Amino acid sequence: MRGEVRDGRIVIVGASLAGLRAAETLREKGFTGSLTLVGEEPQPPYDRPPLSKQVLLGRVPADRTGLPRRRDVEAQWRLGVRATGLDPIGKRVLLADGEEVPFDRLLIATGTRARPWPNPAEAALDGVFTLRTSDEARRLAERLDAGPRRVLVIGAGFTGSEIASACRERGLAVTVAERGPAPLVGALGGTLGALAAKLQRAHGVDLRCGVTVTALEGDGRLTGAQFSDGTHIDADVAVVALGAIRNTEWLAESGLAAGPRGVTCDAGCRAFDMYGIVTDDVFAAGDIARFPHPLFEYQLLSLEHWGNAVAQAEVAAHNMVNPGPRRLPHLTVPAFWSSQFGLNIKSVGVPTFSDQVVIAQGSLKDARLVAVYGYRGRVTAAVSVNQARSLAYYQRLIETAAPFPPAPGAADQIESPVPVPSDVPDPKLLSHGPTVALTGHMPDRRLTVVQPAR
Amino acid sequence: MNVVVDLNRCQGYAQCAFLAPEVFTMHGEEALLYHPVVPDGQLERVRRAVAACPVQAILMGEEAGAGAR
Ligand SMILES: Cc1cc2nc3c(=O)[nH]c(=O)nc-3n(C[C@H](O)[C@H](O)[C@H](O)COP(=O)(O)OP(=O)(O)OC[C@H]3O[C@@H](n4cnc5c(N)ncnc54)[C@H](O)[C@@H]3O)c2cc1C
Ligand code: SF4
Repeated sequence: MRGEVRDGRIVIVGASLAGLRAAETLREKGFTGSLTLVGEEPQPPYDRPPLSKQVLLGRVPADRTGLPRRRDVEAQWRLGVRATGLDPIGKRVLLADGEEVPFDRLLIATGTRARPWPNPAEAALDGVFTLRTSDEARRLAERLDAGPRRVLVIGAGFTGSEIASACRERGLAVTVAERGPAPLVGALGGTLGALAAKLQRAHGVDLRCGVTVTALEGDGRLTGAQFSDGTHIDADVAVVALGAIRNTEWLAESGLAAGPRGVTCDAGCRAFDMYGIVTDDVFAAGDIARFPHPLFEYQLLSLEHWGNAVAQAEVAAHNMVNPGPRRLPHLTVPAFWSSQFGLNIKSVGVPTFSDQVVIAQGSLKDARLVAVYGYRGRVTAAVSVNQARSLAYYQRLIETAAPFPPAPGAADQIESPVPVPSDVPDPKLLSHGPTVALTGHMPDRRLTVVQPAR
Repeated sequence: MNVVVDLNRCQGYAQCAFLAPEVFTMHGEEALLYHPVVPDGQLERVRRAVAACPVQAILMGEEAGAGAR
């Protein structure tokens, strides 16, 4: 048995954070067979979080965020070529250059790409950008260096807010347009959304909530934008930060449960087919994966979080080279960080899986606090603003399903010890996609769609 | 050599910023920014920062897949 799972051919499609960490873990766990990494982007794996931070601030060039390796992975790297299909019976990955790569086990780690501006003619205007790849970050950073008169950021999720923050730090005029009631509200709910709005305005952002951009204008070059409330601005750069699209198209004919919400897999990262039958040779990890989580009522979770890509890749790799009874579940508590407008924001758990929120430490006024989220009387998430060291404590409360609201912290005086509704809006109200999606048991195929009771 | 910091794990203790200020800097009170590519003259300092980080959040290594281009 041992020999059987430790050798053979493993192919990883998606050569970024999850793909790299899985490859390293496979070798660490004793995989001696042949390993191939297929990646659409020409450059070796690099880190994305700095793209909207260090890179846009002009401190680090976009092509210098390469990820360090933990160990040599002794792999064949097929970079700069896209996987276009998967033949699950012949066990081959089809590549855009016509080649076929046979596998015994496959890891799908194709992540997401930026959602483009829906009007292709407007999206093609010079000055309109998205931000997901290092190439996109390079072009945007160059344009910011050139000193545009005004930058329009469309969508005030984490990426949009970080872009706006970097622009303000460079002294550039910024307008942020968000369909929802406040920045970050889709991820963090009403209380912290209101704080984010206040901060953006205090930093000189022209923040417009409850509006949409109806048209990007220009003749070859972007000159301005039209809003749904009838107003208009002049802008020479627009960054479309409307969330991400999962790279599952190449799996359309594969028979897997793969669709716009990702690739559905079990807690051991094994992909399901379209009938909900688990496969034993196809695994998924990172932003592409949707997996059941016991802390959130076994709903399927899709996360766009760095830490999840790392942790899930390690579990997937372990399970690819271990027989059934030795396999591990991926049960990590979701965690996320962001830095913007001088603040360090960190989250554990799933804040959108909540009905109430309480400021458990610190205060909104000082923008230094921990907000704790509860669902039906138990703690399900915590978000810190410049107070990260407290978070480990709340993570334990989440892991143990401790009662909500939590007992007050001894040291800190509390501004509002009374829980208030967490005010998590329907994602449809937002410009950007949520970075955490709870999608219930709803594999993305007609045959298996279950309509949730509303 | 390259570095990446697991900022979920990082507690903002700023030891790294103290030991290798050209590579690690605090941004605001708590947020850490870093240069992913370590300049040649800074390697020893970064090694010390990796060792000193109380939560072992810094990973240093050769650039992954560098020979693969
Ligand atoms: C600007 C930005 C800022 C971020 N900031 C934070 C942050 O502060 N905190 C945080 O927790 N997370 C952050 N993230 C999210 C984090 O970067 C992702 O969660 C992480 O990159 C996911 O890794 P992954 O390997 O699953 O997917 P990805 O990084 O998306 O990698 C997927 C790879 O697969 C390739 N690929 C796609 N389709 C194919 C195909 N058909 N064939 C071959 N290759 C293919 C892609 O080119 C890509 O390189 C940020 C992301 C961005 C873009
Ligand atoms: S020493 Fe470690 S914990 Fe402290 S700031 Fe640096 S990376 Fe973060």
